[in-house]
Amino acid sequence: MSKYEALTGDQAVATAMRQINPDVVAAYPITPQTETVEFFAEYVANGEVTTEFICVESEHSAMSACVGASLAGARVMTATSSQGLALMWEIVYIAASYRCPIVMSLVNRALSGPINIHCDHSDVMGMRDSGWIILFSENCQEAYDNIIQAVRIAEHPDVLLPVVVCQDGFITSHAMERVEVYDDAEVQAFVGTYRPKWSILDVDNPKTYGALHFYDYYYESKRQQAEAMAHAQRPILEVTNEFNRQFNRHYGLFEAYRLDDADVAIVVANSTAGTTKVVVDSLRAQGLKVGLLKPRVFRPFPAKELANALCHLKAVGVMDRSIAFGSMNNAGPLFLELTAALAIHGVHIPIADYIFGLGGRDIKPGEIESVYRDLLRIAETGKVERLVTYLSVRE
Amino acid sequence: MTQLKGWRDIPIGGVILEGGNAVEYRTGGWRAFRPVFGQAPCIHCFQCWLFCPDSSILVDAENEKMAGFDLDHCKGCGICASVCPVNAKVIRQAGEKLNRDDPRLCIRMVEEGKME
Ligand code: SF4
Ligand code: SF4
Repeated sequence: MSKYEALTGDQAVATAMRQINPDVVAAYPITPQTETVEFFAEYVANGEVTTEFICVESEHSAMSACVGASLAGARVMTATSSQGLALMWEIVYIAASYRCPIVMSLVNRALSGPINIHCDHSDVMGMRDSGWIILFSENCQEAYDNIIQAVRIAEHPDVLLPVVVCQDGFITSHAMERVEVYDDAEVQAFVGTYRPKWSILDVDNPKTYGALHFYDYYYESKRQQAEAMAHAQRPILEVTNEFNRQFNRHYGLFEAYRLDDADVAIVVANSTAGTTKVVVDSLRAQGLKVGLLKPRVFRPFPAKELANALCHLKAVGVMDRSIAFGSMNNAGPLFLELTAALAIHGVHIPIADYIFGLGGRDIKPGEIESVYRDLLRIAETGKVERLVTYLSVRE
Repeated sequence: MTQLKGWRDIPIGGVILEGGNAVEYRTGGWRAFRPVFGQAPCIHCFQCWLFCPDSSILVDAENEKMAGFDLDHCKGCGICASVCPVNAKVIRQAGEKLNRDDPRLCIRMVEEGKME
């Protein structure tokens, strides 16, 4: 039997980790992920899990320990934020290329500098080409659900890639919400046992991990990695559908909210999608045909599916919580990917980017409403006057 | 040279499935300097064998003799020449600094490809 608990996002992740009971967790505390590590350390101390918890001296070591443990055949998890992820960088790429099915909880926080501890998506966007599967979560429940699914996705024999589950720093990680926590046994049955293909500890069958690949094999190895990512969508959906059936949820590659008959829509990930739903409802009450698309699976990027879901619209607004500096018009990463996807799939609708919430700047319903009003104007004229708008920045 | 495999045919994650096959990877081509014997006779102390980072000192186990260099794998680092006690004892004039390819040495490091 599942039960409802009041949990913060960090606590929800720690709860999922307790239920999953991974073989190894190597993590270093960093705001705003700290609570996850604290709660989990308590579970370890209390004997509620049998996990080998490795207290490391830095995130670089945390990810290194994760890779080593994963190659040994362990089910491995970690958690970090912002600078912590930045310090892991080198090994983040290695985890993906060694095909280690590590699961990471990433509590999104702005990258320095200037130094800041609050939410934006610059941390995860920096790892978008690292070879990790990336999932977004709107709230504590989704963070909890995604962590459980991430284990199965990562370890799926047709995937074997690391998975990162994002939630918004403080907004989700420190907000207490009603979370449906499933029965421990049910979660354990869902995640099952990890059966690694190979193990570095199998001394009777010695293998070499991390060997040098030159111009002779590096390229083949990378081509193989691209193939794994290219085919990850099907196993992701398999796991998602099984989870939906078992726990009565409705996850997909993304969530379409009042989108089918909409004229204009906002595309926005994580917690702001929740605020946007409220705005959609209030504008709908005024008879305005507005909708929302909330990405869940960001890597692999579901280009075709997104193009299909958006092709009937008269205008699309992307809300980006980070800037891809020096890119076309200094737009955000989500916008850049989406415009490319639409163009390639022959969808030619006006699209504009709205940068918001950097370093935890509050985003209010009024500002989201202003985006919808802007989009409705664009829909009418068919003209995008400003490709990139900085919402609520002081002039 | 073994036939290079396509990306569909190699194990994922860059894993090498058989152990002990580093020997098949010929790193000797990276060498800029090559170890060769000079005039001073080897005393078969195996210091070079102990220190060689590439296991490239050949050994005649039966006769307990140092037997030369495995030039398919030797990378020419010169560690063998540095640790060789015979090299250290080559008689030199006061203040004389021996070149690494001095013919009086036991192990000399000569430039790869240079005709002597
Ligand atoms: S030069 Fe270096 S690699 Fe070659 S035999 Fe001497 S110690 Fe070994
Ligand atoms: S260190 Fe010098 S003397 Fe000793 S075995 Fe090697 S070559 Fe011979």
